[in-house]
Amino acid sequence: MQYEPIIGMEVHAELLTASKMFCGCDAHIFGAPPNTHVCPVCLGLPGVLPVINRKAVEYTLMAGLALHCQIAEFSVFARKNYTYPDLPKGYQISQYELPLCRDGWLDVEVDGQSRRIGITRAHLEEDTAKLFHAGGYSLVDFNRAGVPLLEIVSEPDIRSPEEARQYLIRLQQILRYLGVSSADMEKGAMRCEANVSLRPVGSTALGTKVEVKNLNSFRSVKLALEYEIERQARVLEAGGTVEQVTMGWDEVHNRTVVQRSKEYADDYRYFPEPDLPPLEISREWVAEIRSRLPELPEAKRARFIADYGLDAQQAEVLVQERAVADYFEEAVAAYGGAARAVAPWISGELFRLLRAQGLEMAEVPVPAKALADLLILIDEGKITSGTGKQVLAQMFASGRSAAEIVEAEGLAQVSDAATLEAAVRKVLAAYPDEVAKYREGKSQIIGWLMGQVMRETKGKANPQLVRELLERQLRQC
Amino acid sequence: MSLRELTIHEAHRLLRQGEISSVELTQALLDRILAVDNEVKAYLCLMPESALEEAQQADAAIAAARREGRLQELHPLTGIPLAIKDIICVQGVPTTCGSRILEEFIPPFEATAVEKLWAARAVLLGKTNCDEFAMGSSTENSAYFATRNPWDLTRVPGGSSGGSAAAVAADECLGALGSDTGGSVRQPASLCGVVGLKPTYGRVSRYGLVAFASSLDQIGVLAKDVADAALLLGAIAGYDWRDSTSVDVPVPDYVAALDGEVRGLRVGVPREYFIEGMQPAVERAVRAAIEHLAGLGAEIVEVSLPHTEYALPVYYLIAPAEASANLARYDGVKYGYRVADAVDLDDATRRTRQLGFGAEVKRRIMLGTYALSAGYYDAYYLRAQRVRTLIKRDFDEAFARVEVIACPTSPTTAFRLGEKVDDPLQMYLSDVFTLSMNLAGICGISIPCGFDEEGLPVGLQIMGPAFGEEAVLRAAYAYERSTEWHKRRPPL
Repeated sequence: MQYEPIIGMEVHAELLTASKMFCGCDAHIFGAPPNTHVCPVCLGLPGVLPVINRKAVEYTLMAGLALHCQIAEFSVFARKNYTYPDLPKGYQISQYELPLCRDGWLDVEVDGQSRRIGITRAHLEEDTAKLFHAGGYSLVDFNRAGVPLLEIVSEPDIRSPEEARQYLIRLQQILRYLGVSSADMEKGAMRCEANVSLRPVGSTALGTKVEVKNLNSFRSVKLALEYEIERQARVLEAGGTVEQVTMGWDEVHNRTVVQRSKEYADDYRYFPEPDLPPLEISREWVAEIRSRLPELPEAKRARFIADYGLDAQQAEVLVQERAVADYFEEAVAAYGGAARAVAPWISGELFRLLRAQGLEMAEVPVPAKALADLLILIDEGKITSGTGKQVLAQMFASGRSAAEIVEAEGLAQVSDAATLEAAVRKVLAAYPDEVAKYREGKSQIIGWLMGQVMRETKGKANPQLVRELLERQLRQC
Repeated sequence: MSLRELTIHEAHRLLRQGEISSVELTQALLDRILAVDNEVKAYLCLMPESALEEAQQADAAIAAARREGRLQELHPLTGIPLAIKDIICVQGVPTTCGSRILEEFIPPFEATAVEKLWAARAVLLGKTNCDEFAMGSSTENSAYFATRNPWDLTRVPGGSSGGSAAAVAADECLGALGSDTGGSVRQPASLCGVVGLKPTYGRVSRYGLVAFASSLDQIGVLAKDVADAALLLGAIAGYDWRDSTSVDVPVPDYVAALDGEVRGLRVGVPREYFIEGMQPAVERAVRAAIEHLAGLGAEIVEVSLPHTEYALPVYYLIAPAEASANLARYDGVKYGYRVADAVDLDDATRRTRQLGFGAEVKRRIMLGTYALSAGYYDAYYLRAQRVRTLIKRDFDEAFARVEVIACPTSPTTAFRLGEKVDDPLQMYLSDVFTLSMNLAGICGISIPCGFDEEGLPVGLQIMGPAFGEEAVLRAAYAYERSTEWHKRRPPL
């Protein structure tokens, strides 16, 4: 039988606020020594009270708006009760009924086909502490306790592991564009869980869902879902039933393993947090936040195609990161010529140089204006396109301008007829066999001869002029 | 009159006039504590050395104010020796909440109310005993010892702020802070013959008050008379950004409200508060007090609070539900008591809580956990919240007709130690007249209004609407200054 996977995603993203969710502690905890970003409030000492971080609410609303959600006018925090040493109060302040954002959507594209994934809700909560298990004892680091977490829950609208991966990539892109989260999966700033069930193709009933946790990379998400779908299909094929369990993805052995079975299903005993009055979100505030939203990748992609005449793939590459898109637009503006000519320099040469150095776009040592100046030198015929690549590499390494490098290294294109004629003559004299072949009608050999002239002139010769001279001299003799 | 018997406002006058020093006053109270606290057992922790140091600093501040001609600006609590219920955090001082599980907990931070007392240069004598996590009505649920009623040492002082009430009654401090979740300031005030004021929810910051039931808890004051209660409230009230449930309403000059005038004041008397089974002497004293108010010119109006009978069950769903979450943090991992010989994490958590909590606390955690459980939430917690709204509406309607409501504080005078410990329901009924006010979030006071046949004090409760403390204090003061009950002293 053919089965169709039904997948829903739950994503947690740490928000980039200056302070924690309910206290004044510095929320930038990555790499900090254990238990240095703590205070009585985030340690949950007896007698302390939480105070809501307004910025965290704002960031959640930004994400909600970007995901086309309804923003609540009245939103309530709730206590989620469970006991674990990583939870200092014995409950997590989260949201249950009346979350900040509801009923949104996100479009994803797989194999050129766009699909709309529903967003059930996006709400705000606090992160837990981190446990380190040593032999025979465990240690707790409370730095992470109380860091604001945005939870985004999708509808079970996803139909393939690749779609799930694309959903996460798009979500990450949006969170980064908004600047509300680093959404870095490797650093745990974005974490996800998937719910997956199978049903016979054509059926509308839902199968028993399995929750898969510990998905720490886009790759894990795809592999884990592929594995889990196959596993469930095998169970069903064998006439068995899928059990409602929580699985963990084992990255080492590439398989899902049962973490918890249904008998231990939690009862979180949610109830409204009495220490925090309900939040009233004014429509003015929402409108103000909406007006400040940056252009999001989807809109930018469409604009790049329409305004700059890029093809879809070029546009896609350039909008993946806001920094790249901004760089591109800045370079285009400074350049003044065709935007289509700028795009490959960024997605080709510049990306290659960045990758080689392990740098992010934000750290690129060549300003957009400098790249534009380089392209202008090429257009003006001062240097060849090939030389341009060498010059860019040197700009990248030294931070000098293209003009400086061309001048200092004597890379200017040679268009002086006398110099070039001498070089052409020298080449023709050196390769009589090839000259003979040309005259016998193998005209394409002119390309090879051109290469020899370029070599003779160290790549600086004006290629058009060389071709003209070659053709003229070959005809003459 | 001996120094220890002074009220705060009397002591303040003498301090300002230079007739006494804070060190003398503090020493007199420390001597009193040494003399009687073996029997009363009001204090869990005594801080004689730091108290005398604070007194010295207060004296220096008073001297400086005198030199600089700023005596008028002197805070009325400067140099005044006070006690604090051991459920309110004082930085660097053990705060046990009357529980084993917090036996060694020393808060690294200050409660906002305490911070305000320090700012006023008050003197802190020590931390007073209470029912474990404020759960109880007799102070017998303290994990350490039971406090006794200064009027009869075989009887309870009430609770849960029994230590604070007994300390005030026995002249072991000039005033004290308590906390009131369902009557824990007013009921012990009534049973000990002192004044106990529970402010409106949100009037005093709860930051640093160890939570029992967050939507009901409020820090209150215990004092020898109404003027002192007004002074203490004025010192600790006010908005605090650290407590999001505190309300940004200006703090009036409560002492200025004490004009002794109640002519034309409409005083409601709720028929539901005179129930069968209440002690006849209590009913007699309270009815006489209401007549006395009428005699002073107040207009007595019968009112109805029809949902009163549901207050007790509603309270015993909401308070334990919140407590079950609030007390979940006590797992022995970061502070407080932890079993020494645990085999693993589960064992450590389970047995730490098993041995660290007393029976009443465990009972309420179980009640609350049950009320919030899947499948029961709607029937218990949610329904209780709905009825709570009805109870609040009863008060709104009553306060549309009257300025204050007068009724008994407790259905009985002080009962005997051990009398109700094995009967939680009987114990719960001791707060039947006080719980509703916490559910409604309104304010109220208990003042002495007579004695029963055995010489035990009876309390009159005067309730006001949210932020109606001035009306409550005005009525209470008018009654007090035309009666003598508050001047009687226990035969210690």
